[in-house]
Amino acid sequence: MIDLNDISKMYLVGDEEVRALDHASMHIYPGEFVSIIGPSGSGKSTLMNIIGCLDTADAGTYLLDKIPIEDYTENELARIRNRKIGFVFQSFNLIPKLTAEENVELPLIYQGMKRSERTGRVQEALARVGLEKRAKHLPTELSGGQQQRVAIARAIATRPSLILADEPTGNLDSKTSQEIMAIFHELHEQGNTIVLITHDDNVARQASRRIHILDGKVTEVEE
Amino acid sequence: MTQSLKMALKSIAGNKMRAFLTMLGIIIGVVALVVLVSLVNGATSSVTDAVSDLGNSLLTVTVSDDKGSPIKLDTLTEWAAEEGIGEIAPTASASATVRADSESDSITVYGTTPSYYNVEGLNLLLGRFLKTTDVDNNNYVCVINETTATDLIGYLDCLGEEIYLDGMKFTVVGVLEDDDSSLTSVFSSGSLVAYIPYTTLLRLPSSVSTDITEFYVSAEDESDTETAEEAITALLMDRFEEDEDAFTVSSQNVLEDAVSSITSVLAVLLGGIAAISLVVGGIGIMNIMMVTVTERTREIGIRKAIGATRGEILRQFLLEAIVLCMIGCAIGIFTSWVILELVTVAVSSLSLSFEMDGTVMLIAIVFCFLIGVIFGLYPANKAAKMKPIDALHYGG
Repeated sequence: MIDLNDISKMYLVGDEEVRALDHASMHIYPGEFVSIIGPSGSGKSTLMNIIGCLDTADAGTYLLDKIPIEDYTENELARIRNRKIGFVFQSFNLIPKLTAEENVELPLIYQGMKRSERTGRVQEALARVGLEKRAKHLPTELSGGQQQRVAIARAIATRPSLILADEPTGNLDSKTSQEIMAIFHELHEQGNTIVLITHDDNVARQASRRIHILDGKVTEVEE
Repeated sequence: MTQSLKMALKSIAGNKMRAFLTMLGIIIGVVALVVLVSLVNGATSSVTDAVSDLGNSLLTVTVSDDKGSPIKLDTLTEWAAEEGIGEIAPTASASATVRADSESDSITVYGTTPSYYNVEGLNLLLGRFLKTTDVDNNNYVCVINETTATDLIGYLDCLGEEIYLDGMKFTVVGVLEDDDSSLTSVFSSGSLVAYIPYTTLLRLPSSVSTDITEFYVSAEDESDTETAEEAITALLMDRFEEDEDAFTVSSQNVLEDAVSSITSVLAVLLGGIAAISLVVGGIGIMNIMMVTVTERTREIGIRKAIGATRGEILRQFLLEAIVLCMIGCAIGIFTSWVILELVTVAVSSLSLSFEMDGTVMLIAIVFCFLIGVIFGLYPANKAAKMKPIDALHYGG
């Protein structure tokens, strides 16, 4: 599913070179629920960007669904993100001017899907996060938990190979966090591959496997 | 495409005041362009109408060298049937002494045919004009002008009265209205004029040649004197051994051409100035689109993260700029229409009509579209080039 091999990524901060990822390797298999845990500045955002095809590595190989992700043009990466990856962000990242259903519909529009098919997919996705009654609401009219559920619906609407969640509960209170995590468990049970990035150990513990990252180095957490 | 259009409309509707202020530049530009050019065109058409009322559809042919084959009445009848030519009227004039009762005076006598009435655009006040039978039978009938009737005979209703032209007796069969608007009458107002059959004129003591040396030609289609000019020139060339110096064909188009060339220069000049204001409006659009792109950096990041390609982002913002321009254009055209209607009402006493010129409207639409594309391209490209991670983490 995901096969990272000896990935390195450098950044220039001023004159100083920062190695955000240092020969990181990891494997995630289909249907797995993996959490990546690490403190801020550990390189987990960089790792997520690379897994999510928002960025490419400087060195090493990355296979997503056996497709090597390297030297792709920006547009090819956009297509891969669109079809293979569903993003859930800490700050929800919904488009404020679009209603819940329009937000969920957006990746499907970019796929060039027909209108009739889109409507069905949108309803299905919203039903799975229990928000079918809020379809016509704007993000500002929804609570944080509801907004995050819309974001999850948007991520699953395209039926991606991988759901990539970056601190999905970071902006939510503990009760809503639990609700969101419950949705992730449900999705996992339905056979989705989920990668959850967090700094919160309690959240990370809920995954079936934990990977630790520190100073750009990746290690498996043994129980 | 419809999706992008909907998104563009939504985004514009989301900020109506700003959108309106942005469009204002385009609106003013379009109004300036359409109104100014339409006003010039309206004025032009009324001036050229006035000029053409002076009788511009008329061609005057003068033969200076007949090369041994003089033109006769029959020839003219034949030629009048040719395509592009309306009617042909020969004219020969002589100065004669006119006597009615005890009054006597000098008068200009024109010998011609019935066609002359239409060719010259005369208006009858009383009675009739010359008829074909008058010409065929050399009838001693005459049609006189208003001045002759009132000054010489003493009263207007003088049909059936008899006058003597060079001692020969003629019966008055019609009285013509003195027309002040025709160019020829401007020079001949106040003078005494009589029209008699061409054939009768030849019998007057102060006789003229039987050969026709001057005649008037009207165009078949009044607005198309050029075709008539070509047709009559071809016929004359054919007759006079291809010698173009043997005759002259002159029209009164020269004045009209001068007027229209002046006004078209004026239209281009004013249109050009208005176009500059449209370009300024376009810069306003570009400015606001730059702000919009910066404001929506995060949205661009989200869209890219969920799979929008560069082209899709480019299209979205470009379309927004174009839609902004086209809405401005539509409002501008509507405003222009209102202004032109108001101006037409305001100057209705001058009988000027300022209609919206279709061509200018089309030019305005195309121009607005191009401005939308040209000034929308840079901001849209800026949006499309953003890196998804940078855009996603912008401002939070």
